Amino acid sequence: MALTKDFGFGPDEQLVRDQARKFLRESFGIERLRKLVAADHHEAYESAVQPAPYDTALWQQMVELGWTALAVPEAAGGVGMKTIAVATLVEEVGRVALPSPLVSTLVTTMVLRAAGAMPWLERIAAGEAAALAATNAEGSWEPSDTGVEARSEGGRTILTGTAAFVQDARKASFFVVSARGPGGVGLYAVPANAPGLTITPDRIVDLTRDQATLTLSRVPVDAAGVVAPEGRGVAALEAAMPGVLTIVAADLCGAAEWQLQTTTEYAKTRVQFDHPIGFFQAVKHPIVNMMLAVDRARSLTYAAACAIDHEPDDAPRLARMAKAAASDAAAFCSDRSIQLHGGIGFTWECDVHLYFKRQKHNQLLYGDAAYQRAKLAELLDAR
Amino acid sequence: MSDRRDSPEQAEFRQYCRRWIEEHRPAAPAFRMPLNPIEVATEEQRRYLAAWQKRCYEAGLIACDYPKDCGGGGHKGFQTVASQELGRAQVPFLVNVIGLSMAAPTILHHGTPEQKARFLPPLFAADEIWCQGFSEPGAGSDLANAQASAVRQGDHWVVNGHKVWTSLAHFASWMIMICRHSTTHKYDGLTYFIVPIADTKGVTVRPLIKITGETGFNEVLFEDVVVPDNLRLDDVGKGWTVAMTTLLHERGAAEGAGSGGGPSFEQELRALVALAKRTPRNGKTAWDDAVVRDKVMQLLVRAEGLRQTARRMRVTPLSDHPMRLPLQAKVLMTELMQDVGACGVEIAGAGASRYLGDPGAPDGGHWPHAYMNSYGMTIAAGSNEIQRNILGERVLGLAKSK
Repeated sequence: MALTKDFGFGPDEQLVRDQARKFLRESFGIERLRKLVAADHHEAYESAVQPAPYDTALWQQMVELGWTALAVPEAAGGVGMKTIAVATLVEEVGRVALPSPLVSTLVTTMVLRAAGAMPWLERIAAGEAAALAATNAEGSWEPSDTGVEARSEGGRTILTGTAAFVQDARKASFFVVSARGPGGVGLYAVPANAPGLTITPDRIVDLTRDQATLTLSRVPVDAAGVVAPEGRGVAALEAAMPGVLTIVAADLCGAAEWQLQTTTEYAKTRVQFDHPIGFFQAVKHPIVNMMLAVDRARSLTYAAACAIDHEPDDAPRLARMAKAAASDAAAFCSDRSIQLHGGIGFTWECDVHLYFKRQKHNQLLYGDAAYQRAKLAELLDAR
Repeated sequence: MSDRRDSPEQAEFRQYCRRWIEEHRPAAPAFRMPLNPIEVATEEQRRYLAAWQKRCYEAGLIACDYPKDCGGGGHKGFQTVASQELGRAQVPFLVNVIGLSMAAPTILHHGTPEQKARFLPPLFAADEIWCQGFSEPGAGSDLANAQASAVRQGDHWVVNGHKVWTSLAHFASWMIMICRHSTTHKYDGLTYFIVPIADTKGVTVRPLIKITGETGFNEVLFEDVVVPDNLRLDDVGKGWTVAMTTLLHERGAAEGAGSGGGPSFEQELRALVALAKRTPRNGKTAWDDAVVRDKVMQLLVRAEGLRQTARRMRVTPLSDHPMRLPLQAKVLMTELMQDVGACGVEIAGAGASRYLGDPGAPDGGHWPHAYMNSYGMTIAAGSNEIQRNILGERVLGLAKSK
């Protein structure tokens, strides 16, 4: 089987990636991030409701640049770019640890695409942020598990129950909720201001996003809100999963590359025993190991993104490999980035903790590395 | 298996290679075949493999990109195609691997026209086998510490010293060798020679026994060996520079040592899964054990990572630094093979205590053998510790370790 040349990463895709890189580096440096999310440690972790700061003006610019429309098919008013373009753009987002609803919106886009829900895709293309609410209170990543019940009443669907671990919920204008009815799991679009919907923010470790529990108490959904009818929800979520995993893997890779570069720079400048500490192999070799882990994850992420568009039969396998490798790379880079920064690395004023926390969060989303490997073994058995 | 990046000429040549290999694939020999060139032990193995290499050379599948006056094909971009096709066809490996991968490019870069014309054609044809004399008991990772001496006496040199880890020396006609002509300067005191080995007065080749219990590589002792000055490669004192040319090509040799011959890492991983699926454990199989499955999947992810990184190397905008990915290959490949071997030993359980030749050994004792043998690869061609120094220094720009 001939593999797609260059992962399908051509001049158009490179233009998207390079523009995103330039835009984010110029408009969202590390000082901006620090000021936005970590100016006050008390505010961050001890205020009555944890703040979920993000730069709304920057978000508007991202919408104007077409980033929400990128993964939306042209038929729904989007740009319909290849997944490799989306993945390399998200990598840049991860590299600056950007607080924004972009990743949750792209994740939701993947689900809406798999379900063919054009009207809701149009809203995303127009700049609305969305989030997926398909995880129960136990934190199960299985598409068939949901904590929400769906009932049919007079031509409408009534949703009741709990959806937990909803990403960037306070930034979303609508949710895609999975709910179980008598005919199986369906997917439903629920506006953030729907009657009967309560959004309760979690207090979380990661300062670059927000997370919430949705409580649905007889939330009505009309026919236009049905994204996937009863019995079709699990298939849609499963079909979307390669895209979802690839996007999160790309975020992990971008942040891990930042951890690698930042730790490298520190090892070049910090002097102990008359040498920059990178001179010592106890420091040099772990940094090289960070690079090996990041590059494995990046190669697999590009391969997964390419497969989604060009070799779809292989996409589930490669996407799970990408998420497994990216989660492991993130774990290792997080660990070494703190340790090799030494005393300063343990303090709030050193930026490495911001990435450490974002990585910990992304590592577990949609299943950690061990979960992905268990799924891979099942795929191998099924072949 | 076509490659969309082929030029029309390459595509045509690829078809030719494929057809030729299919038509000339040698019959399997009656004797046990070595897994890689380092393990060629018997004369019948050497004869069989040398004959195969010679046919490949005569068919134009070897030295395709070398100039015609050196015995090459005078093409550009053909060797990759031929090597890919030989690798894919699972035909016997090319026995003169040190010659092809290291001696030939070094001679091409630094040799005189006479040296090129004299040495390259019989090297390509495997009429003369080559070995490499770099490592010494006191000069492994610190290669520039080589102490074997060359003392000039008129139009010849007198060589004394002790080289180790010299694969194929027991069949070799020639050795590429670094010697010390001066003890005043560490690097500038080195000079590079082509030294006769077979039937040469003062040269003793002794097999070194590997931890696997097998022979395969050697130590070579030099006692007042006379080397004419026209066998010196490049200038006196240029030995380190010439050695760098050789080492530039050694990494590729280390990775490709098994190509076309021994098991590829894909085959090894398939064998590992098969082993887990048939090895009893706790009333089920090892494959039903979640810990085993996780370990095996970790290895499969690493193997796929290697494949995809090889693919990414050709996509410039997706690799940040030109040497970043190529320099990783040796470390990744050899450590993966080592961990696959270790995992096989672990899965085989009590059975892994049985070794080659035991009728009850799982896979004929392959797993403990592969595991032990893997240390040859993590140590050879610049130990992986040295490789990590190179990656840290050349790619990331960290301060140079001593």
